[in-house]
Amino acid sequence: MNNNLQNAKLEPLWHTNKFIFALIFFLVTLFFFFPFINPSNFQLHLMIMIFMYAVMAQSWNVIAGFSGQISLGHVIFFGIGGYTSSFFYVEYGITPWIGIFVGILFSSLVAIAIGIPMLRLSGHYFAIATLLIGFSFQTIFQRWDLIGAASGLWIPLNWDSPWLTLQFHESKIPYYYIFLIFFLLSYFSIWILYRSKIGFKLRAIRDDPQAAASLGIPVAKYKIIAFVISAIVMSPMGSLFAQYILVIEPERMFDIEISIIVLLIAVMGGVGNVWGPLIGTIILIPLSEYTRIFFGGTGGSVDLIIYGILIMLICIFRPSGLISFFPKKILERKKF
Amino acid sequence: MTIEIIIQAIISGLLMGFIYALIAAGLSLIFGLMGIVNFAHGEHLMLSMFSSFWLWTLLGLDPIISIPITMLILAISGILTHYLLIRYILKAKMIVQICATFGLSVFLRSLAQFLWTPDFRNVANPLLEGRLEIAGIFIGQPQFYASLVCLLSFLLLYLFVNKSETGLALQATAQDRKAAETLGINSNKMFALGWALGLSCVSIAGTMMSNFFFIFPDVGVHFALFAFVAVALGGFGSIIGCLIAGIIIGLVESLGGLLIDPSYKLLYVFLIYLIVVIYRPQGLFGR
Repeated sequence: MNNNLQNAKLEPLWHTNKFIFALIFFLVTLFFFFPFINPSNFQLHLMIMIFMYAVMAQSWNVIAGFSGQISLGHVIFFGIGGYTSSFFYVEYGITPWIGIFVGILFSSLVAIAIGIPMLRLSGHYFAIATLLIGFSFQTIFQRWDLIGAASGLWIPLNWDSPWLTLQFHESKIPYYYIFLIFFLLSYFSIWILYRSKIGFKLRAIRDDPQAAASLGIPVAKYKIIAFVISAIVMSPMGSLFAQYILVIEPERMFDIEISIIVLLIAVMGGVGNVWGPLIGTIILIPLSEYTRIFFGGTGGSVDLIIYGILIMLICIFRPSGLISFFPKKILERKKF
Repeated sequence: MTIEIIIQAIISGLLMGFIYALIAAGLSLIFGLMGIVNFAHGEHLMLSMFSSFWLWTLLGLDPIISIPITMLILAISGILTHYLLIRYILKAKMIVQICATFGLSVFLRSLAQFLWTPDFRNVANPLLEGRLEIAGIFIGQPQFYASLVCLLSFLLLYLFVNKSETGLALQATAQDRKAAETLGINSNKMFALGWALGLSCVSIAGTMMSNFFFIFPDVGVHFALFAFVAVALGGFGSIIGCLIAGIIIGLVESLGGLLIDPSYKLLYVFLIYLIVVIYRPQGLFGR
């Protein structure tokens, strides 16, 4: 592991496999030109959901895959992001663009406040504590009168300046590009994080906390850093989602189901790898959106039945996720 | 606020506490045996409540009478869970173990939602109805008998695990699987037995609760949370710890609800959990 750390310092950040570069370039071009082929509103919605859940699963991947802590209440950062930007817009008319960053600030503060006492817990204790935190936040927000308690916040419609107020009523295409840009930014920064010194230290902690500590890595500090990064990635998705649906309520913004889906996506694709959550999202989100069309309404939760079965199968047969089906040669850098 | 109301709250807290204790005992048994937290515990509780509901609706069996049948159903589903899922993940990383049982919980909950819709149901006109009045304090009859049955089953479980030969074999497997195998104990069978026993505990609690609680697919979520807290509080794997922790949680829930605000019940329990696991990570009775 010490060896890895030294290599991390010497290795150029951009040194990677040519195949992967070509693939990324191709995909990004495809994403940018997708709205030009006149997709239907549903197709745009599907892509927006894919971008959103891909980022959220990546955020979960940072805490679970890079530092080995399993969070079952990750939705709190989504909810805080959504509520902060909406609250500032509804109450003071501050543009959601600023609200997004205030939300990030609040989410990181909450992550630090939660992280300091809780990241000392390990394994099951942490998982149960985060599960409880998710429910507690929902309860608190349901009773908090300032932000509309159980009925939530209604974002006032504005037709004059769509870009300033971040609401587009005529077309989903601007939403598509905003989500796309956040998606690319998040993945790019996590990719850099993964190959940076912090990334190596986090993975060392995940693999063996005691060995990492004995090599002089402050374990608690790095776990909190991972938790904060995870919150920073998650929070803007809440703000953007709030602008996308324009009505937010505790039931929806702190839905335990979001924590579950994010976890399932990441585990399905492969935890601890940057591309795992993306693969999981590309498979699971269309599945749930199409079952919703097929069975109508809430979909009779058929999507979750399939998710549950898939996740058990993955745990039994491919514990390292679907990413392990790809040949190692393509995923790894050629020279280490 | 009179003293009677406080006594009333203490008694109803105690009664719920015994029920929490039995649910937690099932969880603790499984964890102590193989180190796996059953995140689908609440869903197993929900299944037992639904099976007692259907036995009552379709066959007219009162929940008290149908206890052995629901026990059998849940024990079989526990054995199936072990042989179809848990057997393969015993040696996997913790994240895989958590995700596997979590996946099972998602599967069972959404299956219940799909098959039986999210409607609230209840067992109408059960044998146990009405309330008892002792010195100005009211106790619901179903609650009273439910906690009585749970306490009795808890004692039986304790005696079984500590006195019977099979129970000792269970403990031996929990302590050292390899050593137990050299002594001729089939650890795989012991694990299956652990799951059957653990889920039987849940089924008793669930059946008795179907007398006075609404039955719907999400019903298990909150009980499972309290069971996790009880297990962590009592010490993972300690059965007697579950009883004490269950009572503490029941009391905190009802007294906190009475004295401060009933809508934040979960928060009080959560605070207790945090305080205990931060200052005494092995729990009150942990090894």
